[in-house]
Amino acid sequence: MLANLVLHLFILLLFAPLLLGIITKTKAWFAGRVGAPLLQTYYDLNRLWRKGFVFSRTTTWVFLLGPVVGLAVPLLAALMIPFGALPAPVSFEGDLILFVYLFGLSRFFTAAAALDTGSSFEGMGAAREVTFSCLAEPTLLFVLLVLARLSGGLSMNTLLGEHLLASWRSEAGASLTLILVCLFVVLLLECSRIPFDDPTTHLELTMIHEVMVLDHSGPAFGMILYGAALKMMVLGALLVRLAIPWDTGWWLTNSLIFLAGLSVLAVLIGVIESAMARLKLPRVPQVLVGTSLLSIFALVLVLR
Amino acid sequence: MEITNPLLLTVILINFFTLGSARLGACIRIVALQGALLALLPLAVHGFSLHSLVLFSGALLFKGVFIPLLLLRAIREVRIRREVEPVIGFVPTLILGVLMTAGAFLFADFLPLAVEHLDSLFVPTALATMFSGFLLLITRRKAITQVLGYLMLENGIFIFGVLLSEALPLMVEGGVLLDLLVGVFVMGIVMNQINREFSSINTESLTALKE
Amino acid sequence: MLEFIIIFPLVVAVISLLIPNYQTRSWLLPVSGGLHFLCSVWLAVEQRPLRGIWLGLDALSTLVLVVTSLLFFGCALYAVGYLDIRRDRGNKIMVPCLLIFLSAMTLAIAARHLGMMWMAVEATTISSAPLIYYNRNKLSIEATWKYLLICSVGIALAMLGLLFVAYAALGSGSPASLQLDELLQMAGSLSKPWLHGGFVFLLVGFGTKMGLAPLHSWKPDAYGEAPGLVGALLAGGLTSVAFLAILRGVQLMSAAGDGAMARQALLGMGLLSLCLAAIFMVRQPDIKRLLAYSSVEHMGLLAIGVGIGGLATFGAMLHLINNALTKGSLFLAAGNIQRAYSSKRLTEVRGVISALPVSGSLFLAGFLAITGSPPFGPFMSEFTILRGIFANHHLLVGLFVLLFLALVFIGMGSTVLAATQGKAEAKTSGFRDRLLLCISPTVFILLVLVLGVYIPEPLQQALQNAAALLEVQP
Repeated sequence: MLANLVLHLFILLLFAPLLLGIITKTKAWFAGRVGAPLLQTYYDLNRLWRKGFVFSRTTTWVFLLGPVVGLAVPLLAALMIPFGALPAPVSFEGDLILFVYLFGLSRFFTAAAALDTGSSFEGMGAAREVTFSCLAEPTLLFVLLVLARLSGGLSMNTLLGEHLLASWRSEAGASLTLILVCLFVVLLLECSRIPFDDPTTHLELTMIHEVMVLDHSGPAFGMILYGAALKMMVLGALLVRLAIPWDTGWWLTNSLIFLAGLSVLAVLIGVIESAMARLKLPRVPQVLVGTSLLSIFALVLVLR
Repeated sequence: MEITNPLLLTVILINFFTLGSARLGACIRIVALQGALLALLPLAVHGFSLHSLVLFSGALLFKGVFIPLLLLRAIREVRIRREVEPVIGFVPTLILGVLMTAGAFLFADFLPLAVEHLDSLFVPTALATMFSGFLLLITRRKAITQVLGYLMLENGIFIFGVLLSEALPLMVEGGVLLDLLVGVFVMGIVMNQINREFSSINTESLTALKE
Repeated sequence: MLEFIIIFPLVVAVISLLIPNYQTRSWLLPVSGGLHFLCSVWLAVEQRPLRGIWLGLDALSTLVLVVTSLLFFGCALYAVGYLDIRRDRGNKIMVPCLLIFLSAMTLAIAARHLGMMWMAVEATTISSAPLIYYNRNKLSIEATWKYLLICSVGIALAMLGLLFVAYAALGSGSPASLQLDELLQMAGSLSKPWLHGGFVFLLVGFGTKMGLAPLHSWKPDAYGEAPGLVGALLAGGLTSVAFLAILRGVQLMSAAGDGAMARQALLGMGLLSLCLAAIFMVRQPDIKRLLAYSSVEHMGLLAIGVGIGGLATFGAMLHLINNALTKGSLFLAAGNIQRAYSSKRLTEVRGVISALPVSGSLFLAGFLAITGSPPFGPFMSEFTILRGIFANHHLLVGLFVLLFLALVFIGMGSTVLAATQGKAEAKTSGFRDRLLLCISPTVFILLVLVLGVYIPEPLQQALQNAAALLEVQP
């Protein structure tokens, strides 16, 4: 049990920033550049951690709470989700609701911190982030409902348990494909990737997520960066487990397969970022409504 | 039956895409893809017999190549790219489409299907594709999207027809496909004339004849 | 022989494209029409039932074939005169399309395989669309588009209905088939829900083509904007073909023991058609649209006739002939009137009888005939249908039918009388009645008159045979 917990945290904390590095590397490779080193995110985190805090005089404790919650939530959520075939250390009936709303909690605090600065740009970013996330939430819920229906349980461990392999081979395979696509879209949105948001944009007007954290600096920004990496890993874990439901029976191969899956996912995100342009803002809700409908349809498929 | 389910699901996803997209060129291409995918169905269901091979090549050529080329030519000639201002917005149509698809799946469970079709996606997909075609016909104003709706309706019927190939000899199937092709060809000509007379292919300008 | 009358119009259609001379091309129409008619009559008189797998003739289809062929022959003769005065529009599209239309109609009538019948009916839609667009103006393009789209979608639904019928056989263990005779044979073992669903879709699909309310919305537009002779062919020929297709469904349902249900559906749609047509005919200012609504009305009567059954079915068969010929005459006459006045609206069309004595009189006579005045044929057939209704104790239905018929008479009468009577204004174009444009409507109306007083024994027998096909009990 304890060993399991340690392994889980070890994988999570150590490898999460690597995903961002892989994405950047892929993009650089597509653009024909050498690009930043794979471990750039680690260097960045290290650099940020050594800096001091800078707080605007207009901000309050809420401003600091944003990054802290933003880091704590993915950590908690990660404990409830299996990494590949490695079961989740914490598991109880109904934890899927907690899983979904933990992300709501972190979003609330990030938005609150953004509003706390009093900057109009950050307020705008918060408004966009909340709108889009609230449109993405039904998708995530319906996806989890599909899994709940297939597994017959209500905890993440059962949802992503042994039955997946059999489900893929049965009639439900179609549904699983659909929710895989939906989950991927949710992942792109939640992690502020193209085509929904551009993490490298330089114009506040076009930013969604980045604009909310403009005022954070030093360790606080480091926390945000790390939190974002963890979040991508957690959501990615969901996807990878769905796509690669095998269990080799040995923890080392299992974790290696999991990490390989995550790397492929990161490369995929990089490819998409290189190949696609950002969507116009009014198109984003349309796409999200589309994925919600798709996930509802997937649910109908398994319900019949 | 292994390959048919993904095929049919893709067909449904294409329905959704067409309902939600405003770009006519993309819509035509994706409906062409739908036709081409449907052409694979007879092979997947009945194996490589003469009947299914001929049907495959006929459907592929007509639904996947000739008709889309005709339509693409038509939109090039009348110089339109987008469907603007549908009668019902894109997102509501999409929602309606998904609801109808869900309805088709639930409804198909009540139908007294033959034993071998109980679990297959054929009947619900056929119904859903027809519903989507109807939606497209009703909610869009451009003549070309209405033709697409008609094509989709025919695609839905084609899916159902694959189950009954022994009732439809080659001569009939070929005739049906030929009818479709010539029909779309004539519609294309009429569309061109509409454009010449009204300088647009909005069917709402076609309201002179009424009581 | 049957194959011949389907294929040779197609061959002539190709030949017509190669002929450079305008007049010769026009004359191809009546020549093929005449040949077609002769062959059809010969097929009918020979009375050897033809039952192939693909093609065949039974009493029902023989009846429709002869009527359609006669109508086409008349219209083709008229077309020579018509095309002569429409040299501005040409006949390079009209002639081949008419011939293909003839071939498709014949195939639809003679097909014993329902899939083939469907294919042919769809081909009639496609080949008649260019005919409706003959005048090449904004109104005719609108009519063509509506006709093409509504009928294509309707026919697509009919295909679904056919597939449902085929599916009905799957449950019974026998191989699915759409061959009519095979279907009739195994009708008893067909799965009921699928058969019923299939019939409903067949009714909706072919009902659209036939113009039964509430699926008639294309009809006034298409008939109104098409040239008179095309209107005549559509209203007399194509509707009969579509009706035949519906009757195949009725046959199937009867053979499966659900004839009562099919009849109920037909009766309902028939009454609705009658009612809607009557409403729209009152104060209708456009003489061709008036005729279109009249066509809706008479399709309703046909449906009611078959819906009641017994004697009324016989009446409906007779009415099929009467309606086709009278409508033919009316549309051809209306075409002449439109040519003369360059309009078909009551505001311009006045005093037709004084301006065009023959066409005007024909139009008036046609009106009297179609509204069921004695001594014309439709009186006999409508009277027979009504007798059938009352004999079957459908008192309420009978009263409604009578009421609507009276309404139609008044509505149509006010328009037709206003158009034919009075003094013609001087501004009519130089158009005068000519032999080729008057002979076929005159012959049609004379035939209708003859049918009103005397039905020859062979025809009586043929009608009874046709009606008997629909009265088969399982």
